[in-house]
Amino acid sequence: MQARAFRRPAAALLAVAFAVLPATGAQAADSARTSGTGGSGSTTSHPSDPLVWGKLLYEEGCASCHGLQGQGIAPSPAIKDSGAAAVDFEVSTGRMPLGTIANQALRRAHSLYTAEETQAMAQYVATLGNGPAIPTQQVQGWENADMALGGQVFRTNCAQCHSFSGQGGALTWGKQAPNLMKATPTQIYEAMLVGPNNMPKFSDQTLPPAEKRAVIKYIEFLRQPDNPGGLDLGRLGPVSEGLFGWFGGFGILVAIAIWIGVKAK
Amino acid sequence: MTQDHPAIDPSRPQAAEVAHEWRAADLDPVAERRAERQVAGLFGAATLLILASVLIYGFTDYNATVGVPLLGDVNVINVFMGLTFGLGVFCIGAGAIHWAKKLMPDVEVVEDRHPLTSDEEARAAFAETFAAGVADSGILKRGILRRSLLGAMALFPLPLIVLLRDLGPAPTHGQLNHTIWRAGTRLVTDVTYLPIKAADVPVGGLVNAVPENLPQVEEQDGTLNARAKSVIIVVRLNERDIIAQQGGTPSAPWDYQGILAYSKVCTHVGCPISLYEQRTHHLLCPCHQSTFDLADAGKVVFGPAARNMPQLPITVDAEGYLIARSDFQQPVGPSFWERA
Ligand code: FES
Repeated sequence: MQARAFRRPAAALLAVAFAVLPATGAQAADSARTSGTGGSGSTTSHPSDPLVWGKLLYEEGCASCHGLQGQGIAPSPAIKDSGAAAVDFEVSTGRMPLGTIANQALRRAHSLYTAEETQAMAQYVATLGNGPAIPTQQVQGWENADMALGGQVFRTNCAQCHSFSGQGGALTWGKQAPNLMKATPTQIYEAMLVGPNNMPKFSDQTLPPAEKRAVIKYIEFLRQPDNPGGLDLGRLGPVSEGLFGWFGGFGILVAIAIWIGVKAK
Repeated sequence: MTQDHPAIDPSRPQAAEVAHEWRAADLDPVAERRAERQVAGLFGAATLLILASVLIYGFTDYNATVGVPLLGDVNVINVFMGLTFGLGVFCIGAGAIHWAKKLMPDVEVVEDRHPLTSDEEARAAFAETFAAGVADSGILKRGILRRSLLGAMALFPLPLIVLLRDLGPAPTHGQLNHTIWRAGTRLVTDVTYLPIKAADVPVGGLVNAVPENLPQVEEQDGTLNARAKSVIIVVRLNERDIIAQQGGTPSAPWDYQGILAYSKVCTHVGCPISLYEQRTHHLLCPCHQSTFDLADAGKVVFGPAARNMPQLPITVDAEGYLIARSDFQQPVGPSFWERA
């Protein structure tokens, strides 16, 4: 019965619509926040003291899961020692506040908070415990970093999860390491520093700032690599390349075989 | 069935029943000349294209790129050398096929299939000759010759086997069981070879590490063998999250305040792995998805690996840098026959 129902285009459309419904629900919640209807939006006036403002934003947007003191309310993790760097990373990449229910926080196309709001929240969370500050200083000068070193460090420490081309990859139980193509230099640095979600931390002592900058430089290169063959096919390796070979290459061979077999007139 | 009667497939029309269709080139000399020109044209084009590919290789800037619709910016040599050479070879093939299809005779020819056996007479004659040969050689009568020949023939593959063995050297027991880790060897970061202070590894942190003497050993050996066995990952867990380790006593634990060192070589078939999830403490091998729980003595929680990931016992030296307590206590990497 099922199979028959899906032969009708309308039924298939309906099924697709149901499948995307949860996602659109989450998007509706997102747009409620950005349009200011969810609370103190950026358009309304806000306290001039960033800590007071940050506290307000934190209590409105974060405290229900992470607790008023950042102590965490199970199953949400404690964040009091996460520091400004972690807040900036999670909020500016749109991973927090949590949107779609998934087994890990996913990047949104746009953050729900303005840069100023994010700063205020980050500063406030920094006062709750001990955590790394936003590495604005350390990121400086990544453009002049040693890209060859960055490539070596990347392949040794990052490529296992994010893939040699920075496209991301699968982890256990449906989790995934994200694609790095959209992360800003500061976000990349922050991720190495704080280890968001299941990513391990790479401290500034074992992976010094100069090496982190080199990694950033290399990731920037991966976004626009020299492509001597053109058409990167997603840089996913054998999956997309194999597909192309089977359908493109074999298609041509079949066409030629047919031409050889046709009797001449 | 004798050989005078070919095998006939009755479901197919026989040659005589099919009316032959003449091609344009068979009937019309103009068409014939046109076909000839086409074939020659293809061969000529192949010549030019192949020459062109050599010229492109010789006279193009190695780094020059060109925008191609759909493909983006592409290296000039790659595109044009590939196109000209590929089309050139294609033209040779196309010309040959065109020639065969248009100009070579295409009359239907019947080639009968016959039984493959020789006729009775020939077979009997051969059997006779063979029997006579056996009798003449005396191989049945002279037992000593027969047996010594068999002995020599049986030994004939021996040199091949000996040579095969020398494709080695087969790894000695020590080579498979030991790495260059020794008591007191410092752990240093891979790529940059910086010693690692215990205090610098945060909870949730990961360091891809190697023994400090690896660069010298590699220099001496000229191979990557030492590296292949000694690479490790260093992670730090909350001490209370550690369920079990592979060894150690309360006075001489294998971890240092929650810092654990594990081999990086998968115990399945040896892929280097460092897909470490700091929340779950799982180490995932991308090759066949073996998953090891580093909080629980590196045991296999998923996938085809059959053995725990070997743990390297560590501690710190007087300056607070991480050092090995000893070599691994079990062989690293995939299983092998003589493994204890
Ligand atoms: S090599 Fe690791 S699972 Fe096969």
